[in-house]
Amino acid sequence: MSKPTIYGLMAEFTSPEALLAAARRAYAEGYRRMDAYSPFPVEGLAEAIGFRKNLLPLIVLIGGLIGAAGGFYLQYWISVVDYPLNIGGRPLNSWPSFIPVTFELTILSAALSAVLGLLALNGLPMPYHPVFNVERFELASRNRFFLCIESADPKFDREATRRFMEDTGPHGVYEVER
Amino acid sequence: MTLFAVACAGLFPLLHLGRPWYFYWLFPYPNTLGVQPQFRSPLVWDVFAVSTYFTVSLLFWFLGLIPDFATLRDRSRKRFSRFAYGMLAMGWRGSAIHWHRYEMAYLLLAGLATPLVVSVHTIVSFDFAVALVPGWHSTIFPPYFVAGAIYSGFAMVLTLAIPLRKFYGLQDFITLRHLKNMAEVMLATGMIVVYGYLMEGFMSWYSGSLYEKYMMLNRMFGAYGHMFWALILFNILIPQALWFPRVRTNVAALFVIAISVNIGMWLERYVIVVVSLSRDHMPSAWGTYSATAWDWAVFVGSIGLFLALMFIFVRLLPMISIFEMRGLLQEERMKDEG
Repeated sequence: MSKPTIYGLMAEFTSPEALLAAARRAYAEGYRRMDAYSPFPVEGLAEAIGFRKNLLPLIVLIGGLIGAAGGFYLQYWISVVDYPLNIGGRPLNSWPSFIPVTFELTILSAALSAVLGLLALNGLPMPYHPVFNVERFELASRNRFFLCIESADPKFDREATRRFMEDTGPHGVYEVER
Repeated sequence: MTLFAVACAGLFPLLHLGRPWYFYWLFPYPNTLGVQPQFRSPLVWDVFAVSTYFTVSLLFWFLGLIPDFATLRDRSRKRFSRFAYGMLAMGWRGSAIHWHRYEMAYLLLAGLATPLVVSVHTIVSFDFAVALVPGWHSTIFPPYFVAGAIYSGFAMVLTLAIPLRKFYGLQDFITLRHLKNMAEVMLATGMIVVYGYLMEGFMSWYSGSLYEKYMMLNRMFGAYGHMFWALILFNILIPQALWFPRVRTNVAALFVIAISVNIGMWLERYVIVVVSLSRDHMPSAWGTYSATAWDWAVFVGSIGLFLALMFIFVRLLPMISIFEMRGLLQEERMKDEG
């Protein structure tokens, strides 16, 4: 078999606890370029593999603020500058009546930021990813749990990393082709 | 359910424009006429509220489905279904980092959707409350409409969940406890709606306003009196059965009461709209409306649209969140072992 570089090595586990334990051990061992895969969110798993900073709340806040400012300014500009109308003798900048639309646009903007921000941060849509080359990986959306250590990791060594992974008690260890 | 209901409901504001093909004139966009919408009008507020409600509900729904699309993609046996679900799943692979961000996004959307529901129904109530018409111009309307929305919302959920649960064997997922909890929320919001009615009645006397007093008497004893008393029966009296624990755990009774509330809420909107319009401030605007066969046809057609969309959804997509059920089972297993 030819030896092109592989994307990494993948271990399959039958329970989330086993995956969590293995992920913690791998992090302690010094591996940094890795990812864990599960059919449902497992608490503590993202931290175990070293994920710290979630930018999403900030993105949503900024999105909401832009929606609020934009929404109010839109109404102000339309009602005071572009197309002023005398409605019941109200002042042109009748800000109390601008509140409902401002509120709605805030929520809309924040919600769009949440979804688009999530997709952007996660790099989705991503139709191709090397992990899908492992046949057993289709169980990742069902009832199996996977840990993948990438070959780009400085500590990665085909044989040593494989032995380390086998030591964590997996159901199987597979090579992930690019 | 929300999405399809909003889609159906959204048809009617468009139809009532009279020239529905000009609906886009309600949005602020650069146009050759040089005009802009008038932002002090509840009708314009409504445009933004309902559009936001539809969009956010769609986003929330889609977000919740992404991991399940991945499950359906991986389980597909036919090439076309794998491609279709795969496109919708957008390459979701269950990465722990992605899940972490996903949970945050879901939580934030839920936190945004809750004030959205309150604001949307408040703005819808303003269509009536900001007007001068007796029977509409009442400060009780915003909380009354929000409570009414939640009341009729839970009734609709029960109306849909009970048959789906029975015909698809979902009793382990939608348990009797869930149904009982829904019944209790229905009872609570129903009582808030009753409070709204009582306040309207009280204020029509206490305000001393001749117009308010006439409005109330006309509602009860005028040309549409039978609608009003039917409303009392379906919306207030029948759901009082929910005070009894035996009723709250009886699935057939819950279904009957849920249908009763669905009918009652429709009657409530009919009473509010038609009765008040039939006796406006201006006697020249007085009249007696009765629905034509075409009105009924459009109404029944919208129910047909709703059911069609529901059945298509049930056929193609998971009714219950697959990954959330998996997570729950895991939690239960850990509690048993731990």
